[in-house]
Amino acid sequence: MSPVRSEPAEIVTEMSGVNPRKCMRCGKCSATCPSFSKIDIPPHRFVMMVENGEIEALLSSQLLWKCLSCFACVERCPRGVEPSKLVEAVRLLQIRGQGKNYRTPDDVPQFVEADEEIPQQLITSTLRKYSK
Amino acid sequence: MSFHYYPGCTLKTKAKDLDECARKSAEALGVPLIEWEEWQCCGTVYPQAQDEIATRLAAIRALDEARRNGSDLLTICSACHHVMKRINRDMQTNEDIRTKANNYLALDTPYTGQTRVVHYLEMLRDTVGFDELRKRVLYPLTGRRIGAYYGCMLLRPSKEMQFDDPENPSIMEDFLEAIGAEPVRYPYRNECCGGYVALEEAALVGELCGKVLDSARQKGAEALITACPLCRYNLRKNGSKQDMPVYYFSELLAEALGVNRTNTEPVRLEK
Ligand code: SF4
Ligand code: SF4
Repeated sequence: MSPVRSEPAEIVTEMSGVNPRKCMRCGKCSATCPSFSKIDIPPHRFVMMVENGEIEALLSSQLLWKCLSCFACVERCPRGVEPSKLVEAVRLLQIRGQGKNYRTPDDVPQFVEADEEIPQQLITSTLRKYSK
Repeated sequence: MSFHYYPGCTLKTKAKDLDECARKSAEALGVPLIEWEEWQCCGTVYPQAQDEIATRLAAIRALDEARRNGSDLLTICSACHHVMKRINRDMQTNEDIRTKANNYLALDTPYTGQTRVVHYLEMLRDTVGFDELRKRVLYPLTGRRIGAYYGCMLLRPSKEMQFDDPENPSIMEDFLEAIGAEPVRYPYRNECCGGYVALEEAALVGELCGKVLDSARQKGAEALITACPLCRYNLRKNGSKQDMPVYYFSELLAEALGVNRTNTEPVRLEK
């Protein structure tokens, strides 16, 4: 029996366009995830927790900040689940909250001063991923 | 046939070599690249959420401008290419995104993904042709063992990018062969360099780049090429530049075509 969906879970599935029920728990996404050793909840469990409506716990999961958007999980999932889209939706749910940005433009000068070779692409993607 | 050239933010700043070598080479090959002066940064990352509209608009403006000119949109940077290609597909296939974006932009003719998005390497393969390119090479890179680093953005998700075989790509190796180099295939050429977490997770990026560099070294590569400024930054930062130089593919193209030469002395690429 699957538990009753809480509202945030509906937001996440709608925002992402992903149906977590397609997942067959093969774990291939986690096996291929380059961030696997650095995260508490790996992608296959992330998918399962969305399905179970456990969004609250995911809002503080490390994958939100350590997912590289490499799309290896998307490419290699045999069921076409697209786990990275769920990660992005939960991340957005978090940073769209007032004062919940992980990075802000105020952080930029410190980065640029530390290393003048930093490409613009890195600054922009950091802000796009981590702030709203 | 001319192309509507979209350089993107980094090619006008930290990755000027990538841009200049590509433009000079295209000129030498007789392929006009026409840059739209009004381009804006594509955002560098594809917005994966379906309700993100504002973050898609800059890309759509560039795509629409290419449509007005009746040209294909040509990209060089892997990230720009990824963003343009996927957002273009959204405009073709996602009615909600298409309607909202068009309502916002209020264009004379709605944009519905009419433009074709072409990467510079695809232009070399399909418009110039690698056989023709081989004939145009004045200074072949004979004997140089070079590994192609594809990374993620050009290849995945392959269903959308339709760039090459996502697990066993060959376009960059074919390019290297055409300019006279010896391509080195190595297992990690399509694994992630760590991308944008470089500012947050230097250790993780170091680990991932280490694997790529070791893998290339073990197979005998003396240098790598990439199309992505962020991949290049991460690889160079985490590897020794002497040991494994990382070039933009267009730098080697310009060298092979001789367009980077101001006199008869061969230009030594910075290692
Ligand atoms: S690879 Fe796909 S099917 Fe397998 S566990 Fe991950 S999301 Fe589920
Ligand atoms: S996109 Fe994110 S979750 Fe998926 S494999 Fe890459 S790092 Fe892991």
